[in-house]
Amino acid sequence: MTTLDAPMFLLVVVVMGLATYATRLAGYWLLQGVEIKGRAKAALDAVPAAVLTAVIAPAVFLQGPAEMIAGAIALAVALLRAPLLVTIAMGVASAALLRQVM
Amino acid sequence: MMLAYAPISALWGALAVTKGFTPFEALSMSAIIYSGTAQFVLLDLNATSMPIFMMVLTVAVLGLRHVLMSASVSRHIKGFSKFKASGLLFWLTDEAWAIVEARAQKNAITPAYFFGAAMPIWPTWFSFSFIGALGGSFMGDGKLIGLDFAFAAMFIAVVAGFWKGPRTGIVLVASVAASLAAKLVLPGAWYILAGGIAGMAIAAATWREEA
Repeated sequence: MTTLDAPMFLLVVVVMGLATYATRLAGYWLLQGVEIKGRAKAALDAVPAAVLTAVIAPAVFLQGPAEMIAGAIALAVALLRAPLLVTIAMGVASAALLRQVM
Repeated sequence: MMLAYAPISALWGALAVTKGFTPFEALSMSAIIYSGTAQFVLLDLNATSMPIFMMVLTVAVLGLRHVLMSASVSRHIKGFSKFKASGLLFWLTDEAWAIVEARAQKNAITPAYFFGAAMPIWPTWFSFSFIGALGGSFMGDGKLIGLDFAFAAMFIAVVAGFWKGPRTGIVLVASVAASLAAKLVLPGAWYILAGGIAGMAIAAATWREEA
């Protein structure tokens, strides 16, 4: 991407932006008036947790023990209802430290 | 939430510069694509010789979770005009979605609330990308100081907030298993969809009438 000239780069970025915007509109336009309940609602309710978990699973579980332990520490801090920034700081700090010693 | 995103965005900007993007390219990507997940993955893809159309396709696949988020949020914005709703949905991000859904459990959502909750994240996001990109050349190796783990720690915190009991645990286990399996055997970003779909399937399968 960085090898493209300026107008072409901007065009690619705009196309990517439109693709993302289309996904933001699709659920609203396609599922207007469709009543969602029961099993379908349970599936939809699970989306954010399932998707966010899938996004980070490789970074936490496939890199090595340091990242797994750092992930567990971040989770423990989060479950203690610490502010988001504290959780991030603890996760980052423990990842850095554990990488040094493992 | 906004403040929490500023360092992530600055981190992304700094990484973008180390991967060969200029600060203005980083700014335009953050303002126009406006998806942290897609942007972080794009930095990785840029190093490969993947064709541009495949990159666009990957961004679209990464965005598919927005379809599910906008479908779920559409339940709360039925009263908005279609024009207004379509405009506001540009600012539908993971965190804006989480704020609106949390509010909707107790209060009705108005266009003003949606705008106030979602829109300010956007200028915060793209301006901190730019600041991070400007500072990026002075930063050194982010991996050494654990900065690359910030994204994971943040999503762990967000997911912990969605905890509603053992059924959530089953959903998360299914998502992790499918995501890791897909990551190991499939190219690109399919692991995200695999985990999302597995989690949804388990949630639907374990659903009971009374709940």
